[in-house]
Amino acid sequence: KRRGPAAAPRMADPHPLFDDTSGSQPGGRGFAAPPPPPPASQFPPGAAFPVSSLAVAYGSTLATQGLDMVDRNINRFIPVGRLKYYFAVDTVYVGKKLGLLVFPFVHQDWQVRYQQDTPVAPRFDVNAPDLYIPGMSPPRDPPLCLWGPPQFSPDSLGLQASSALAWLLLEVVAIIFALYVVTVTTDLTPIDLVAFAGYKYVGMIIGLIAGLVFGRTAYYAVLSWCCLSVFVFMIRTLRLKLLAEAAAEGVLVRGAKNQLRMYLTAAIAAAQPLFMYWLTYHLLR
Amino acid sequence: MALTLYSLLQASLLIVNAVAVLHEERFLRHIGWGSDQGIGGFGEEPGIKAQLTNLIRSVRTIMR
Repeated sequence: KRRGPAAAPRMADPHPLFDDTSGSQPGGRGFAAPPPPPPASQFPPGAAFPVSSLAVAYGSTLATQGLDMVDRNINRFIPVGRLKYYFAVDTVYVGKKLGLLVFPFVHQDWQVRYQQDTPVAPRFDVNAPDLYIPGMSPPRDPPLCLWGPPQFSPDSLGLQASSALAWLLLEVVAIIFALYVVTVTTDLTPIDLVAFAGYKYVGMIIGLIAGLVFGRTAYYAVLSWCCLSVFVFMIRTLRLKLLAEAAAEGVLVRGAKNQLRMYLTAAIAAAQPLFMYWLTYHLLR
Repeated sequence: MALTLYSLLQASLLIVNAVAVLHEERFLRHIGWGSDQGIGGFGEEPGIKAQLTNLIRSVRTIMR
């Protein structure tokens, strides 16, 4: 119900969307141009003052309309249903996945299990990509980085965080571009790529913690170990998604197409350690 | 080091602008990347050059 500021004011809205908290304060905060506020003692709580009730009603209609618009449009930009799949994790899965990220050398079966054409949720399959771990890691990165050096400041915290996000986006865009140019037919969605790119933050954080607690040599040692394990992890995961079936099973398939794909897989995996080192080395003085 | 989201936005805008400026008749034809220079044909999958040419042409069509 449209209600302009010049319409005849009603005394009370029968179904207020929220409580009228403008009781002891000047009415019309922020919605309509308020008249000069009367003294507080003349102002009973409730909608006795016409302008305040008008403002309350206008604000509530505005809020419901805004909510409707957001609901309608959010599904156009972010597929919320798809996102929910990536967060269907549980503690056991997170523990196993973290262990896999740090020590991927023993795991044998990297194939993602399917269930009638859709991948099984991460809760049931360790190999499925998730967004929980990459979602938790980049926000942890800046506070850790700035713990050591004495030049901590709130500005640099935000700068560091948005810088990590920007590098992530850049890397995902570059990977998507490379995949498009090489015409690899794969079922990797962009969200999958964001998930895979976010896994390297785990290694970065572990390396940073080690470096902060134990010193520079520990940082280098732990970081190189994490780099190696992320490299192996990425290769083993991407091999199944990008390469042809025969090549994924270990048979060396010669041919220009497959070779290009193998180089691409190796390049994507090799970019991870590079990023891990580059994004953290200057933070450890 | 400080790669901000804003600089990313700036860079992408400049890159899209650069691609939009690549006029086919004046420049790409001389390099052999024109739109009518033999990308076609079914059968084998298109190579890298064909993909890039396609990409440039689609970006220019959207920007028109």
